[in-house]
Amino acid sequence: MPGKSFIHKMDARAKILLLIVYIVFIFLCYNFISLAVMTAFTVLVIALTKISFIKYLKSLKVILVIIILTGILNLFYGSGEVLWEWWMIKLTTGGISNYFFVIIRISILMMVSSALTYTTSPTDLTDAIERLLKPLSFFHVQVHEIAMMMTIALRFIPVLLEETDKIMNAQKARGADMESGNIFQRVKALIPVLIPLFVSSFRRANDLAMAMECRCYNGGKNRTRMKILHYSVTDLIALVFSAVMFVGVILCNLYFPNFV
Amino acid sequence: MSVVRAENIRFVYGGGTSFEKTALDDVNFEIEEGEFVGIIGHTGSGKSTLVQLLNGLIRPTEGKIYINGKDIWEEPKKIREVRFKVGMVFQYPEYQLFEETVYKDISFGPKNMGLEQDEIDKRVRSAAEFTGLREDQLESSPFELSGGEKRRAAIAGVIAMDPDVLILDEPTAGLDPLGRDALLSQIVDYHKVRKNTVLLVSHSMEDIARIADRILVMSKGKKWMLDTTHNVFSRGKELENIGLRVPQITKIMMMLRQKGINVDPTVLTVEQGFNEIVNYLS
Repeated sequence: MPGKSFIHKMDARAKILLLIVYIVFIFLCYNFISLAVMTAFTVLVIALTKISFIKYLKSLKVILVIIILTGILNLFYGSGEVLWEWWMIKLTTGGISNYFFVIIRISILMMVSSALTYTTSPTDLTDAIERLLKPLSFFHVQVHEIAMMMTIALRFIPVLLEETDKIMNAQKARGADMESGNIFQRVKALIPVLIPLFVSSFRRANDLAMAMECRCYNGGKNRTRMKILHYSVTDLIALVFSAVMFVGVILCNLYFPNFV
Repeated sequence: MSVVRAENIRFVYGGGTSFEKTALDDVNFEIEEGEFVGIIGHTGSGKSTLVQLLNGLIRPTEGKIYINGKDIWEEPKKIREVRFKVGMVFQYPEYQLFEETVYKDISFGPKNMGLEQDEIDKRVRSAAEFTGLREDQLESSPFELSGGEKRRAAIAGVIAMDPDVLILDEPTAGLDPLGRDALLSQIVDYHKVRKNTVLLVSHSMEDIARIADRILVMSKGKKWMLDTTHNVFSRGKELENIGLRVPQITKIMMMLRQKGINVDPTVLTVEQGFNEIVNYLS
């Protein structure tokens, strides 16, 4: 989503790097106080993006099943005072605190990742990944090609969705029944949609490759860019601030080791 | 009784969101059985939305559609039966082919209707004949056919369902001139033999002028006019105002008339125009 907030202005590389460090630190949180620091940090980031909080909640919906499942698993893997017991299943105080800990952890992780994707255009993102992975080209990894593939894949998602819609309509017009029947019938009903979709994807890929070759496209080396990524003061501020937060997390871990 | 009747149709895309867009607004019309109706309109005038509404792929936001006098959304569970009655050929239909052989692909529709094997076979063969596919092509893979043949196969797949109303959305787009004329005359022949109703969306005024009995003109989501081909194309100036035009030959005759030459300005085809001018000159 386009915008002009502080987070939007940050360099995509800085955002990716900070996100990686953030993820590491989220797993370094040992107690609720350090988790609270991370949560506060998350809320601050979300507020800075100036994108409505509802959008972030919607991003959680996608992984709702994962959140619930891991939450429930953790609920029964705790030590501490036993509150309720049935057969092999034990509900403990430790389990309940684990439950909340894990749920908060996954939720804020997802929300901060969404903050990255919401404030960075896909092209900037792949561009940044390409730059960050550049050292790997020393080991003969085709970084530019990988980034190009990612860009193309992202670019064609909406096209494919539209195509799927069209083909589905065409088959429905011929009486294909995709809304009823059991799971096997439904999977079978998808064949008339999937085959044309594959065929046209291959055709499209072929056309695209041809068009790129006609314009003498050849990979990474000596290729200049239209948009050059620059680190700026904004990134420095973000870096310093995040560093302070992360030190805070370490301190909280050290000073309140038993606060679980 | 009219075979297709639309009553106060309104259709809104993305209702309730900020992308809300009214594609059709208060559209009313009736089409009689056995008519050949052309649908024209500028890009974005709502033609495609309209034809999708007619065979129940989308549901009107307001208003009702009657096929053979029956409201198609009366029983939403039976909407599939409406799709068998109203056959729809989309733009670039060749991209919907999927079976191993052309024969199997054409029989996909009739099979979904639950017909007997003999009946399916009969329909597949007659549909292939109507669209000019050769007998030996039926057993080849649809992906081996040429572009024009693929399109014929796809159209045959809809014709094989023997619908009461056949809708074609720009069936000749992207074909070469010869292929275009051949396909159009096959559609006309089919219409003459089966005597069913055909609705044809096209951007080519020449094609429409040659084959349609009546024309439905859409403009900005509204019905602008539904009248005989002759009457519609006699309003050249107004048509140009909504981004359409009259056939080239009609335009020439209108201009000749303005110059004071005594010819009929309402001719629609090149042959008629030729005769008019020859008559005048001799």
